[in-house]
Amino acid sequence: MTADLHTLTGAYVLHALSDAELAEFDRHLADCDACALEVRELSATTQRLGAAVAVTPPPAMRDRVMRQIETVRQEPPDVPPYRADSARPGLFGRLGSSLPRLALAACLAAAALGGGLAFWQYQQAEDAREQAQLAEAANDEMMRVLTATDVAVSSGDLPDGATGTVLVSASEDRAVFVAAGMADPPPGMVYQLWFDDGGTMRSAGLMDSSGGPSANAVLMEGPVADAAGMGITVEPDGGSPEPTSDPLAVMAFPEAAG
Amino acid sequence: MPAMPRPDGRGCAAMKEPVYIGENPSTAPDLSELLVQVAQGDHAAFGAVYDAVSGPVFGLVRSILRDPAQSEEVTQEVMVEIWRNAARYRPEKGSAMAWMMTFAHRRAVDRVRSAQASSDREQRAALLDHTPAFDEVTEQVETRLEREQVRRCLRTLTDLQRQSVTLAYYRGLTYREVAELLALPLGTVKTRLRDGLIRLRDCLGVTA
Repeated sequence: MTADLHTLTGAYVLHALSDAELAEFDRHLADCDACALEVRELSATTQRLGAAVAVTPPPAMRDRVMRQIETVRQEPPDVPPYRADSARPGLFGRLGSSLPRLALAACLAAAALGGGLAFWQYQQAEDAREQAQLAEAANDEMMRVLTATDVAVSSGDLPDGATGTVLVSASEDRAVFVAAGMADPPPGMVYQLWFDDGGTMRSAGLMDSSGGPSANAVLMEGPVADAAGMGITVEPDGGSPEPTSDPLAVMAFPEAAG
Repeated sequence: MPAMPRPDGRGCAAMKEPVYIGENPSTAPDLSELLVQVAQGDHAAFGAVYDAVSGPVFGLVRSILRDPAQSEEVTQEVMVEIWRNAARYRPEKGSAMAWMMTFAHRRAVDRVRSAQASSDREQRAALLDHTPAFDEVTEQVETRLEREQVRRCLRTLTDLQRQSVTLAYYRGLTYREVAELLALPLGTVKTRLRDGLIRLRDCLGVTA
């Protein structure tokens, strides 16, 4: 299978794969350094094919584009994988093989970053959704939330450049929180999630940080019910019945989709 | 648009000429550096990026979409997306030019595929009649050199490699569509796309 996937490098850089194959190859790519190098080289090659057909666009286009960017907000940089320990493999490298659903969640989270969906993030989300629909993890409530037709998404900034994304499904009455680029909690501490019931914080469980600091997708414990948002705090190991520290972040839940 | 001969130089497929390449002239301005400045909101730097890449982007998009108005629209979108996403360029993933061209290709291909969702086989077969847009419109020396090098290297490919690669790249077909069009097994097209690009890479002296 690996050898077969490896031959897809050409079709991959030519954008000639179907979405499902693309998702599969992306996962393979995360674990295959030789493939990644070949993809770089072949992309550089196709770039030359493109340069060979260069045609100067109409001069008026330059004015239009320069005018247009005046009104276009620039996206912030992608949240870098938090490097508390540089020996840790990158986000997709680690999650890709062992916990594909987390990679999927992170992918959805990436897709949701920054207000308007940039084009390729949108594509990623579409691919992820398609992949999710194929997944067999029928037992997985997290999967049901991520793939719910009414899932709504909002994102917020966490300290140190990390990003939090919450996906809420009204029909499932559950929420999934995805953190990208979060540091490990201090020793002896854990991250705890909370539903915000009109100002009262209701525990939604702990984030398991054993998987590493880069990304973490958590099915929040308990129903969303009437919660208007969520918060995240640092608590002593084992968690607390109610928050004992100021939240690192609070996020309002998104409006229900559709 | 002047009609151009097919780039495969029919009849010379077996010809192998060495191609000597210095620095790729189209990357003369350091696009990586410029993108860093663009990411910080520098309009002048973006203007320089625009001047360096709008030609290749427009040419590529037009090669895939054909329609001039749509091609302009997509090119403009691509340039604005570059402005928007400059901070997300990751040098370790490849050159700035490759990043932008990859994005332009993907965008154009997606436009084709969404428009094509309802298209029938007849329409797709008509794609074969198009010739890749090796235009003479541009007067830039760099582009002429680049074009000659690419043409020569395309000639070093087998017919199947060349057809597969050009249909996928310049027409935006999926490998399944290429296979159907050329009446080849899927596996054959997959490998032709890869070994064709590898041969091009070696001929062009591309390094990652």
